Amino acid sequence: MREQLENIKIQAEKELVNAQSIQELENIRVRFLGKKGELTSVLRGMGALSPEERPVIGQMANDVRAILEARLDEAARQLASKERQEKLASEVIDISMPGRKRSFGKKHPLTQVIDEIKEIFLGMGYQIAEGPEIELDYYNFEAMNIPKNHPSRDVQDTFYIDDNVVLRTHTSPVQARVMKTQKPPIRVICPGRVYRSDEVDATHSPVFHQIEGLVVDKGVTMGDLVGTLKEFARALLGENTNIRLRPHHFPFTEPSAEVDVSCWGCGGSGCRICKGEGWVEILGAGMVSPKVLRECGINPYEFSGFAFGMGVERIALSRFNIDDMRLLTENDVRFLKQF
Amino acid sequence: MKAPLKWLSKYVDINVSPKEFADAMTMSGSKVEGIEKQGEELVKVVVGRIVSLEKHPDADKLQVSKVDVGTETIQIVTGASNISVGDYVPIALDGSSLPGGKKINKGKLRGIESNGMMCSIQELGYTRYDFPDAAEDGIYIVSEEILKEKYADAAKALGKDIREAIGIDDTVVEFEITPNRPDCLSIVGLARESAATLGTAFRKPDIKVNESGGDINEYAKVEIMDADLCPRYAARVIKNVKIGPSPQWMKEFLRAAGVRPINNIVDITNYVMLELGQPMHAFDLDKLEESRIVVRRAREGEIIETLDGNQRKLEAGMLVIADGKKPVAVAGVMGGGNSEICDSTSSILFESASFNGTSVRITAKKLGMRTEASSRFEKGLDVNNVVNALDRAAQLIVELGAGEVAGGIIDCYPGKLEPRVIDLQQDRINALLGTDISRDEMIRILRSVELGVDDKTGRVTVPTFRQDIEEMADLAEEVARFYGYNNIKPTLLPGKEMTRGIKTFKQKMEDRIRETMSALGLYEIYTYSFTSPDIFDKINLPKDSKLRNAVVISNPLGVDYSIMRTTTIPDMLTVLARNYNRRIEEAKLYELSYTYSKDNPRTTQVEGIDESGLPEEIETLTLGMYGKVDFYDIKGVAEGLLAELGITEYEFARETGNPTFHPGRTAVLMIKGEYAGCIGEVHPDVLEKFDISTRVYAGSIEVDKLVASAGHKAQYKPLPKFPAVSRDIAMLVKDEVMVKQIEDVIRKNSGKILEEVSLFDVYKGKQVAEGMKSVAYAITFRAADRTLTDEDVNKAMEKILEGLKNELDAKLRE
Repeated sequence: MREQLENIKIQAEKELVNAQSIQELENIRVRFLGKKGELTSVLRGMGALSPEERPVIGQMANDVRAILEARLDEAARQLASKERQEKLASEVIDISMPGRKRSFGKKHPLTQVIDEIKEIFLGMGYQIAEGPEIELDYYNFEAMNIPKNHPSRDVQDTFYIDDNVVLRTHTSPVQARVMKTQKPPIRVICPGRVYRSDEVDATHSPVFHQIEGLVVDKGVTMGDLVGTLKEFARALLGENTNIRLRPHHFPFTEPSAEVDVSCWGCGGSGCRICKGEGWVEILGAGMVSPKVLRECGINPYEFSGFAFGMGVERIALSRFNIDDMRLLTENDVRFLKQF
Repeated sequence: MKAPLKWLSKYVDINVSPKEFADAMTMSGSKVEGIEKQGEELVKVVVGRIVSLEKHPDADKLQVSKVDVGTETIQIVTGASNISVGDYVPIALDGSSLPGGKKINKGKLRGIESNGMMCSIQELGYTRYDFPDAAEDGIYIVSEEILKEKYADAAKALGKDIREAIGIDDTVVEFEITPNRPDCLSIVGLARESAATLGTAFRKPDIKVNESGGDINEYAKVEIMDADLCPRYAARVIKNVKIGPSPQWMKEFLRAAGVRPINNIVDITNYVMLELGQPMHAFDLDKLEESRIVVRRAREGEIIETLDGNQRKLEAGMLVIADGKKPVAVAGVMGGGNSEICDSTSSILFESASFNGTSVRITAKKLGMRTEASSRFEKGLDVNNVVNALDRAAQLIVELGAGEVAGGIIDCYPGKLEPRVIDLQQDRINALLGTDISRDEMIRILRSVELGVDDKTGRVTVPTFRQDIEEMADLAEEVARFYGYNNIKPTLLPGKEMTRGIKTFKQKMEDRIRETMSALGLYEIYTYSFTSPDIFDKINLPKDSKLRNAVVISNPLGVDYSIMRTTTIPDMLTVLARNYNRRIEEAKLYELSYTYSKDNPRTTQVEGIDESGLPEEIETLTLGMYGKVDFYDIKGVAEGLLAELGITEYEFARETGNPTFHPGRTAVLMIKGEYAGCIGEVHPDVLEKFDISTRVYAGSIEVDKLVASAGHKAQYKPLPKFPAVSRDIAMLVKDEVMVKQIEDVIRKNSGKILEEVSLFDVYKGKQVAEGMKSVAYAITFRAADRTLTDEDVNKAMEKILEGLKNELDAKLRE
């Protein structure tokens, strides 16, 4: 019987090695270990053994069973793994084929720039103020210290509806409305559409967008203006951005400045974007003129403030490297998809 | 304002390079627009004298000349015919270059050696505007007088650089002068700023007049009738006038400043205007009737022929300079032809006056003749510079030998303007700037621009040429620009009260609209807010449509941009058409913008400031699409948006009467029973006019109506614990029955256990009778507290089917 058991083991192991599938393994299990299997039939002959031999052979038979079961399990694991590998190998796809198109739309590049600038100022505690595009001459000009028949009006070629109504030439009238209706502390930005009677060409449009800002509070200084604009420029254009203020004249601010930022194209060494200057003018700014404060019912002895303004198109053109402003209003889908 | 550096240097020391000078001036507030180096492109062009001229042996039109160029005599072949032996001419030597990069080398012309080229004024880069003495067509013959003036002996000019010889070797700095600083529209004003900027000395012109020709009061009288428009009028009389060309130095200055030299009298008036900023005028005294000047308002209908040869009809109220009888000049704008100086003029009256800026501006605008003088006067010139300028002109008359100055001045100056005096208030200045500038430093800066400061009292006396300085903030700017804007330390509102940086609900909803549009695959567009009146016909609007009542721009860029839009649909169609005609297969677009409704005036925001003249501005979401889309795509966009905004109380109603849209494929959106917008397929008639030959879907929705009903108040609902039961039904109904009706019946009849009604098929055609359609739904039932039994569902279905049969005559399909 020893021999028989030994043979079963040898035979089973031999067949195990050759088994190619889970089914074949199962067949082996049934044949050798099943209820009617070879091992069982060998054990049936145990009765013929001497009482001394019985436990020895019994132990041996159990050992063979245990070994074979372990071998079978191991072989099954290996086969399953092999079959999984083969399945995976058969499922290889061409990952260079294009993904399924999902059609998302996009915000217009001007909206994207406006949103980005809004975010920066919202984070600095500013609210967003709005006002009408068709505006009273009073709010657009007179409240901004630009009286009727004043030469400063030449700077802003104006569309008139009638003597008292204009298409706003800047978003400053919104500032006047805010100052007349809110008490300091005031921190607002005024984004919006403005109009000047410029003929359409690559760099001019009679309809364009501005974002102005206004801060009025006790003890606001020009240093605060410089600091705010520097913070803004860095948030918009990168941490290494510098700003430079040049004295200028606006009727509604005193002192007034034009503000350059170090060129984001070259960092200041001179390139196409800055026309070799190293600086790009993007803002006008200044301390709110006491005349404007008074006109809007704010006492300049008690409060001071600063204001600034920028053109959105100009920033968008530079930022996206667009060479013709007309593309922004042509709205060719192939253009709109690029941003 | 063009400032030739040689001229500027008469009054200030410029101790740095032109580039450094320009940068420094820009940073102190006089913005430099450009630096022009005269004659920069002229290399190796010298003065030569023609020694001999002979005919070319082989060419009729050529001459062979010998030219003395100082160091040698060279042979030049020329085609010019306006030259003679002895003429001084510009010679481009072998190896020279001319403007535009033209190079001149020696060579042979028809076999004869030519070692250079004689130049015309154009070849030197100028025109007869700058050099009126140049030949119209031919070589520029340099006048001997010019050379004598510069080199004492013309022969000494031979071989000299032509730029030096004819005075085109200056550097000209062009400044952009802002309207508040008319004082800087002058060489002296810029010299003052330069001195303060560079820290060098400023020298005022030394003005002394040698009078010789009798007493002015014997020759002329001046009377101001309307002192409100003319605060000051001063005159001098020049006798024995000798009209002639100005000296070379003056011509060079004028030319460099961009002014054409004409004759000594005109040049003097221009010179004084550029140097001191005060426009002047010269009348032929003999042409002034009664030898009188009367400054008065014009009488309605008076006519004057101005110096430019045009007849001008004057309006009452325009200020004129008249003689005893008639207007002889439009005050501050232009002189009249009737008193113009000419070659035979022997006595002149110089005018130097101060006119009301607004009046000059209005008059010039009305007459359509803005002149150099008017654009200066309108900015408000210094009334106390008037006599200074007059004396400077008289001084130049004597210097140029152009006449004799009569004794005395007539100076009508009824109310003398005193300088403004304001307090220094250095603490407030520092508080405004955020600086810590000492009082001494402030005083030093203010004095450098000629503001008088009393050390003890701190009173600042502002000269009358600085009308822009009125209060502390203006002084702060003066201090800041010389202290250096960029020396101000940046701060970020330290210690200030916090403010909330948040968007309003409406602004948040606008953001959500854009985000939803993006998510639904639409691209945002921007179009102009003004448009053409013919768009109304293009979109088939009836003649009596309210939308035709648009706000009209009184001075539009053209009729195509002349009205403020009352509808955004035409612009959307224009953009779709553009894309379509560029063969772009599909476009799905939206715009968030305004329309302007004249019929609805704005409500006033601030008491006392009437806004009823302004139209209401209606924010509008415009949709437009073509390509692989149909009505249900645009409706899906609208529904998706409504869902994202949390709007549930809405419905779409059939719209058959909007002539812009297809009568059977259009719906109006009603939110809480109120009109909120309209979407549909665009009418083929309209598409034809927009040159689109595919179906287009468009619509517009009022944003305010969306915002008013928007707002997710999201509340958690427990997930269902019990299973749902779903039943499909298909039925035949008449074609005109809308699915909305079917759904309403299903909802009404299904009780509380209905969860969802979902349309999955609509079919017409085979097996369905003409005029009928098959409609199929999946209906889902669920109860929150138990598992539904077949009986529950069957009962509900029976009721539904009965309702459909009774109300819509529906036949169940098996």
